Amino acid sequence: MKVLITGIGGGLARQVAMRIHEAGHTVLGVDRRPWPDAPTGIEIFNTDVRKRPAEDVFRSHRPEAVVHMATVTHFTARREERYRINLGGTRAVLDHCHNYGAQHVVFVGRHTIYGAAGDAPLYRTEAEPPLAGTTFPDLADLVAADLYAGSALWRFPDLRTAVLRLVYTLGPSHRGTLANFLAGPRVPMVMGFDPLYHFMHEHDAADAIVLALKHRLNGVFNVAGPPPVPLSTLIEATGRKALPLPEFILPRFLGRFGLPFLPRGSLNHLKYPVVVDARPFAAATAFTPAFDEVRVMDGFRWS
Amino acid sequence: MWQRLIDDEVRARLERLDVPFNRYGLDPYGISKDHLGVFYTALGHVYRRYFSVRTVGIEHVPLTGRALVVGNHSGGLPVDASMVIASLFFECEPPRHAHGMVEKFAQNLPFLSSWFSRLGQLTGLPEHAVRFLEDDRMVMVFPEGARGTGKLYRDRYKLVRFGTGFMRIALQTGSPVLPFAFVGGEEALPTIYHAKTLARMLGTPYFPVPPYLVPVPRPFPCDLWYGPPMTFEGDGTEPDEVIEGYVDQVRVVVADLIERGRAARRQRRARE
Repeated sequence: MKVLITGIGGGLARQVAMRIHEAGHTVLGVDRRPWPDAPTGIEIFNTDVRKRPAEDVFRSHRPEAVVHMATVTHFTARREERYRINLGGTRAVLDHCHNYGAQHVVFVGRHTIYGAAGDAPLYRTEAEPPLAGTTFPDLADLVAADLYAGSALWRFPDLRTAVLRLVYTLGPSHRGTLANFLAGPRVPMVMGFDPLYHFMHEHDAADAIVLALKHRLNGVFNVAGPPPVPLSTLIEATGRKALPLPEFILPRFLGRFGLPFLPRGSLNHLKYPVVVDARPFAAATAFTPAFDEVRVMDGFRWS
Repeated sequence: MWQRLIDDEVRARLERLDVPFNRYGLDPYGISKDHLGVFYTALGHVYRRYFSVRTVGIEHVPLTGRALVVGNHSGGLPVDASMVIASLFFECEPPRHAHGMVEKFAQNLPFLSSWFSRLGQLTGLPEHAVRFLEDDRMVMVFPEGARGTGKLYRDRYKLVRFGTGFMRIALQTGSPVLPFAFVGGEEALPTIYHAKTLARMLGTPYFPVPPYLVPVPRPFPCDLWYGPPMTFEGDGTEPDEVIEGYVDQVRVVVADLIERGRAARRQRRARE
């Protein structure tokens, strides 16, 4: 099988590429970022998924399956830029899949689109509406991209489409939203709140994406690893020190004194949990995480 | 430090609790063994000494599996919920942990929301009740809702309208309904007035004002009466009139348990 991975320069995407390559499939990659030491046999095209050269890759190589991972989740990019990449890029990829005969596309999204709210159910199923657009407006582009990817299920019925909503990933690469939040020795908390955090090992996340491809999933699926743990436990188990601050003071400290920068809207994520029910994915793929919560946190701490 | 506060009986009972704690003493809902230990240690004193709760009919509580524990709400502060939780933990063999359905406003209160979460007392949403029951746990509901806690002393032990949501959930999940009556809570905190402005400022549905002004329950002996589990036919998609009929049956049983509890108290007092 010939598989095209967009955003192949990212840490998780590289692990997915390696697994597919090692399974004997042909792997192509598109990314603006280089992957200098990519294994022989993985062909990289340094271009933007929204540009014509990327469409040429679809046209000339005709991949049978596409894993779309070219989305931006960090907040250092401007909001307009995030919209262009996340929504414009997703549109381009889906259109190319449809126009150039791909049979299956896997969109790798985030569980944070459900949004953190005090009156939401603890375990979010795929049927839950994504609230992040209102609770955390900076995530509106990811919500839009997720819903747009889901629209391929009815717009392109011949194209099998899997929309995955992955929980945070942690692992030895120390990359990703949660890893950045935990990067420093002190981690801020909103005083009086200790929400559950749902995460999985990055190796398990890569395995789950490959399983979605292997089982040719069609539909929207939450993807999770072990059960969630309270933020205070996560901070302590990863060798950091919690710094609980009153909610009205906390924004003044973010991005200073060694604390991570967080957009103002993200404070809800320090107060309320975003936890997902991933049973349908496990039932469809027989996925079981190899790393429990203790090993994930230990692995992150000591790597 | 916390672990030193937990008494030996509670520690032993926690070991027998049917909750899958991980190495950190946490279950998939974020319930913490340490928090439970501190909570039950404190609650045990309140249950046995402060309110001197007498529990009748504990043999009706299923030893395993799902059940919806349904009863009357006392006016003022809902001490009934914590006493029901205490009775299921301290009187059942093996002990059982009940999950309460908490008012939504409580999730926005610092510290309190965090403690509720660590004790498995989640926001009152049907999704939570269904999930707990499907995991074969016990869920405690007060179908009178905030209307029940809003009762004044002059309306004590008069049941207000029962919501019907609990019955659809019981049918959907195939759970028995375990009826109970809590007697004594109305006298422990006799509410004669609601301070509405104060309640609005605190973001709570009510702020009870007793004759002695400070809304703290007095150490009044309470009674908790459990009735036999009730099962109903259906899958939760029945028309309203069918569901309302089932709910009325539960309401009648709860009212009967209240009367039996109050009569027993009168007899006891007459003997004394």
